[in-house]
Amino acid sequence: MSNLQPVIKAASAILIHSPGLVRYGSKPSREIAARPSRLQELLGSLRTYEQAENYLPNDVFLGKQSPQSLLEIARPWFNQPALKPNEAFPFGELVEEERFIALLAVADVFKHVHLLERFWEDAKPRLDRSALCRPLVRVDPPLLTREQLRSEIERGAGLPLYVGTDPEPVGWVRHGNAEDESLTAHILLENLCCKVSAALAVREIFHQDGNLKPQDAHFVLSCSEEAVGDRYQRGGGNLAKAIAEFAGCDLASGVDIKDFCAAPIPAMVMGAAMVQSGVVENVLVVGGSSLPKLGMKFLYHVEKGIPVLEDMQAAVAVWIGRDDGLSPIINLASVGRHPVRSGAGVDQQLKAIVVEPLERLSLDVAAVDKFVSELHNPEITIPANGGDVAERNYRMLAAVLASCGKIGRGEIAEFIRKKGVPGYVPTQGHIASAFAYVPHALRGLTQGELRRCVLFARASLFLGQMTQLSDGMSLLLERHP
Amino acid sequence: MDLEVQGRVKELAEQYGKDDLVVILGAPNVDSCLVQFETITRGDPTYAGPLAGIELGLRAFHIFEPEVKRLIDPGRYGELIETLELGLEAEAIVKALQEARGGGK
Repeated sequence: MSNLQPVIKAASAILIHSPGLVRYGSKPSREIAARPSRLQELLGSLRTYEQAENYLPNDVFLGKQSPQSLLEIARPWFNQPALKPNEAFPFGELVEEERFIALLAVADVFKHVHLLERFWEDAKPRLDRSALCRPLVRVDPPLLTREQLRSEIERGAGLPLYVGTDPEPVGWVRHGNAEDESLTAHILLENLCCKVSAALAVREIFHQDGNLKPQDAHFVLSCSEEAVGDRYQRGGGNLAKAIAEFAGCDLASGVDIKDFCAAPIPAMVMGAAMVQSGVVENVLVVGGSSLPKLGMKFLYHVEKGIPVLEDMQAAVAVWIGRDDGLSPIINLASVGRHPVRSGAGVDQQLKAIVVEPLERLSLDVAAVDKFVSELHNPEITIPANGGDVAERNYRMLAAVLASCGKIGRGEIAEFIRKKGVPGYVPTQGHIASAFAYVPHALRGLTQGELRRCVLFARASLFLGQMTQLSDGMSLLLERHP
Repeated sequence: MDLEVQGRVKELAEQYGKDDLVVILGAPNVDSCLVQFETITRGDPTYAGPLAGIELGLRAFHIFEPEVKRLIDPGRYGELIETLELGLEAEAIVKALQEARGGGK
């Protein structure tokens, strides 16, 4: 029998610069509805593609810079010149809004998304030139003349699509069903953004590694934050299968995993368990982007005169396969869970998902090179009075480790510096929850000097108002011996 | 401050009187500690909750302050609070609250 030890064979990251879609983020859409002049304030603070491309945290997300570089270069990181302007992004592409919006229409099999004819004429050659996007374009989208688009907008049963700050609409999303609140244009747009970004992350894996083929992907687990469904079953799913179809993984089936921001870790655990148990040979775990989280803190950014930095959608994909003698191992014996009786206290949670697994495996803190959790970009959260999320979490983890005698009380600052990772990830919930670090972990555990890396994620279940509890899960990645 | 908590504080102040009530805050950072303090002294600064426009002027301490710690069994404090104190910006929270109360103490 072959070795069924699950390993990570590839990991990709995708960023989409989507300034024109920021207005449809949850916070901006509510604010603009309440006070229409907010739209102009928002439009006046958006970044260009070049600014997003030169932005250090985006360089780190896409692997051009190491997370360490964030500690060496002082903030503000925006409005700084590019550090390595001519180098490619190793983990994946930074996709511009034109291609992304065109792909939304291509991915919409129910043809609710219509594009302006002239926009498609410009976008189609861009898609054709892109090795990443070309395989996704198998059909042409429905098109509208300028007059037809204008009359759709006048009728008002949907949402216009814009690119950047250009006031001329380039497309239109119709409601999926006039009587179904789960199929409004806004929700369809959110779900399509997630589907397209996730499919781009999957395609990026094939783009990077010619040995991994779409037909070898047997199962897709989507840990995205959307809820695909209809009025009789909101959140019915299964976006994973829609992603597999759009990405050309014809032999794959799939299912969605939900656990708020923590979902990528249980998805990786389940994917690894499917490989180790022999259910399938290869699993793709993928997290698509979150449209609602665009512009979440825009009011603070506008007020403080800084660019609206939440203009990036982000997606990550991870290929889990059988042991190949090289790739980093997913140690399923390490999985940390957060049982109900641990309650909602953050210290108890960290004891359950970090300390307990270390004790179970008889591992010292010294044996782990990186503890990775929420890596939100502090330049987004600090102006919004949210503090530095990563630093705060490491401080709390260090306090828990100190109170359990795993490190000395005088070692807290050193622990944070050596074992932590500074924040750099767009505030896209699940993507920021350790998942964005997987491509870095893969590089560090193969070409770099990392030996072991603990990924842990936490979920604010109380936001859904069905329990006051939170959840969390952890997983140990190890260099192949 | 949570609207439900604001409502409860208001109810207790009406029931027992302001003089016999001390509020123990558990905010995890300086900003939220100061907002909580303002809410139960000068009224809800967001004007969204039951304490909007109501100046209760209640006395308030943070759970990390020595005056409160002294009243708690050290074993229980160690078990339930100490790790959080170690992991949060406890000194800054206490200092900010002392300053907000006035007189630095």
